[in-house]
Amino acid sequence: MLNVLASLHPDQKFYWLIGGVAALLLIASVIGWVLKSRLARNPQAGERSQKVVNNLVARVNAWWVMVAVFAVAFLAGKPGTIILFTFISYFALREFMTLTPTRAGDHRALSLAFFLLIPLHYYLIYTEWYALFTILIPVYAFLLMPCISVLAQDTEYFLERAAKIQWGVMISIYCISHAPALLLLDIPGFTGQNALLLFYFMLIVQLSDVLQYVFGNLFGKTKVAPVVSPNKTVEGLIGGGLSTVLIGAAMWWITPFTPLQSAGMAAVIVTMGFLGGLVMSAVKRSLGAKDWGSMIEGHGGMLDRMDSVSFAAPIFFHLVRYFFTP
Amino acid sequence: MIVLLARFFLIGLVKLLVGANPRWMEAAPDVAQSIYFTNHSSHLDTLALWAALPAEIRATTRPVAARDYWGKGRIKRFIALKVLNAVLIEREVSRHSDPLAPLFEALGQGDSLIIFPEGTRRTQAEPSDFKGGLYHLAEAFPQVRLVPVYLDTLHRSMPKGSLLPVPLICTVRFGGAIFLQTGEHKKNFLVRAREAVLKLI
Repeated sequence: MLNVLASLHPDQKFYWLIGGVAALLLIASVIGWVLKSRLARNPQAGERSQKVVNNLVARVNAWWVMVAVFAVAFLAGKPGTIILFTFISYFALREFMTLTPTRAGDHRALSLAFFLLIPLHYYLIYTEWYALFTILIPVYAFLLMPCISVLAQDTEYFLERAAKIQWGVMISIYCISHAPALLLLDIPGFTGQNALLLFYFMLIVQLSDVLQYVFGNLFGKTKVAPVVSPNKTVEGLIGGGLSTVLIGAAMWWITPFTPLQSAGMAAVIVTMGFLGGLVMSAVKRSLGAKDWGSMIEGHGGMLDRMDSVSFAAPIFFHLVRYFFTP
Repeated sequence: MIVLLARFFLIGLVKLLVGANPRWMEAAPDVAQSIYFTNHSSHLDTLALWAALPAEIRATTRPVAARDYWGKGRIKRFIALKVLNAVLIEREVSRHSDPLAPLFEALGQGDSLIIFPEGTRRTQAEPSDFKGGLYHLAEAFPQVRLVPVYLDTLHRSMPKGSLLPVPLICTVRFGGAIFLQTGEHKKNFLVRAREAVLKLI
């Protein structure tokens, strides 16, 4: 059975995957529908359970849309995928900068970050210019953005503003872009299948979030970090994390990894994703907000969905690059 | 057809740039004839408020725009007159004509309006003092609902003198309607109207 899966053509693998995800979503939709009609018949249902179920249904519906968008982008090949992530970075940066107290003096640097830096950075992935891709933001943007801001001669909170802008740009553009950057890796014996590796990565990150949410809602008692993120529980983390690692191991046939390596990679993705979620939650709270935005119904903003991606993608990218490319 | 396409495209562009997410803070949207009055800090204000309105309200709501800016150039005129269906007014007060006359005419036809009672754009988040126009409209059309609106972040997105905008999410906050009370003094009313906008910050 497993060898059959491994020997499938990459396109066939993709259809199996998207079919599997659609089947999962269908089950989730049915569960949501059943819970909702049960609640409607139960007049004693508390407000809290109403809220949880409504949020669940909204989340699942949003997942259908997100999966559809992803599927279309994947089918459109490398340009489609890169354009999709360009927009993801754009929306993520827009959310970050909306909450960041910048001043008039930062206007030009910010405009350039949105309309020059984002397209340029993703263009480098498209043309596979790896060396410049790795330093464009940490070196050039890091140095040049405050150079532009300083011309406005506004010294009020200058370091804070420059640092916050750099943080937003690093997370929203640089870190998130390491997911589509998986497409530029040359992995021996895996040529032409990098899109599947990106699929694997996104699947593991998002499944980890979803399963932690499910386990947390079913069994969650002990909060991990109540001050930073009240919804994360130890039970959710362990249950969701372990089941994601198991699924990761079972998905080895779409990766260049052995089942054991695939479990290890999934464990890294789960850990970084979890920590990324915590850090981004702390950042968001220090900026005085509960959600990054409201563009994805039930989830919050783009960054609420991409927080774990931004922390897991660069690490996963470099592990693959170090161990699996010559 | 071209107008409909341009409208669709413009709404998409505004949402892509600044979100323009509506939030009805105190009352649900109402198609009844209204004057939406808001703080003015950028060239995106009109477009953001217009894009945030529900389609059936947008269909009868006309932004009020300065003729000296929107009346110049074919594209700007096309957008102002055809796409936005704007009411153009003279900013320079002359002795011969009442600058509010086109607004009276539009309200007389039953249209709703979007106006900026401060007159010109400001650089800060808070609106400055309101000019008398809003009072005169309310006096002449006491049955029309006066809906306060607050546009956040746009003063950061496109401050005076900037070439490119910075895309930031603008939440368009709609408050509950107010009315001119019988015998209410002009000054008191304008202060009350401004406070209705400030309350939404």
